[in-house]
Amino acid sequence: MTVAYKILLACAAGGLVTAAAAHDPESTGDADKGAEIYEASCTGCHSLDRNRIGPAHRGVYGRQAGTAEDYNYSAALAAAGFTWDTAKLDEWLTNPQAMVRGTKMGFRLGDPQKRSDVIAFLKRESAQTEQ
Amino acid sequence: MSKIIQSRRSMLGTMGGSMLSVAAIGVLGNTSVAHAMDGHEKDMSGDVAILNVALGLEHEAIGAYQIGAESGLLEKGVLDVAVLFQGHHKGHRDALIAAIGKMGGTAVESKTTAQYVEELDIANTVKGQADVLKLAQKLERGAANAYLGVIPSFSDDGLKQISGRLAADEASHWAILSHVLGESFPAEPLMFGG
Repeated sequence: MTVAYKILLACAAGGLVTAAAAHDPESTGDADKGAEIYEASCTGCHSLDRNRIGPAHRGVYGRQAGTAEDYNYSAALAAAGFTWDTAKLDEWLTNPQAMVRGTKMGFRLGDPQKRSDVIAFLKRESAQTEQ
Repeated sequence: MSKIIQSRRSMLGTMGGSMLSVAAIGVLGNTSVAHAMDGHEKDMSGDVAILNVALGLEHEAIGAYQIGAESGLLEKGVLDVAVLFQGHHKGHRDALIAAIGKMGGTAVESKTTAQYVEELDIANTVKGQADVLKLAQKLERGAANAYLGVIPSFSDDGLKQISGRLAADEASHWAILSHVLGESFPAEPLMFGG
C-alpha cells in the first residue's frame, strides 16, 4: 500500500466519522432553527398546547408514546409502549409508518439536520410550561 | 349584521356544493383506475390512514375560513378570496371522503366550530383582518408541507401524484395570502417541503 493510498484512506475514514457526527440528532440540533421548521412543517396538523389533527406536542419529549391527554390515538401507537427520546423521534420523523405499523401519521421529514433541529425544539419546549 | 352573516353562510354553502363533483371525479378517476389495473389486493390501510389525516386537515381549514368569514372582520374583497379558497378545501374534502370510502375506509368527521375556535386559539389570537389572514396563511403553508411530506409514505403512485396536486393548491393559497399581507417573497428556492 502506497503512502498516498494510506493518506487517501485516512481522509475517507475521517470523512465518514465527520458525516456520522453530522447526522447525530442528539449533538447537532438547533432549537431556534427547529422552531422555524416546526412552524412551517408541523403546524398544519399540530400545536404545542392543543390537540388538533395530531396531538399537542409540549411535553412529548420524555413522554410515553400514545399518551397525550384527550387525544384519540391509533391503536398501534397507543400500544407502542416506548418513550419519546431523541433516537425515537428521529426514527419517527424519518418514517413513522415503518416505525409503528398502523399509525395515522405518514409525514416524513427527510432532511436529517431538520429532524435534529425539530427534535431540539421539541425537547426545549417540553421542558417549559404553556405560554 | 345577522343578515350579512346569513348571506355569507349561504354563499359559503353554495360554493362548496358546486366544487364537489369536479374535484371528486378528477381525483377518484385516477385512483380507481390505478387500483383496477393492479389486478391483486394490496394493503392500503396505511394510505387510508394518511388520507384521513389529510381529511382532518381539510375539515379544519374549512372551519377556519368559515370562522373568518363570519367574524365580520374581513373586507369584501378579502372575504371573496376566503370564500374561494374555502371552496377549494371543500372540493379537497369531498374528493378525500370519496377516495377513503372507495378504499374501504371510514372518513373522519368534521369537528364543531367551537372545537376549531378552541384548538386554533382564535379567541386569543384573532382580533382583526390581518390576524385572520395570518392564521389562514399559516394553515395553508402547513397543509402544503404536510401534503409534500406524506408523498413518500403513500404506496399508491396515483395518491402520490394527487398529494402533490393538493400541495400545489395550498401553496397557491399561501402565496396569495402572503401577497395580501404585504410580505416579501422568500429569496431562496425550494420554499416548501424538507
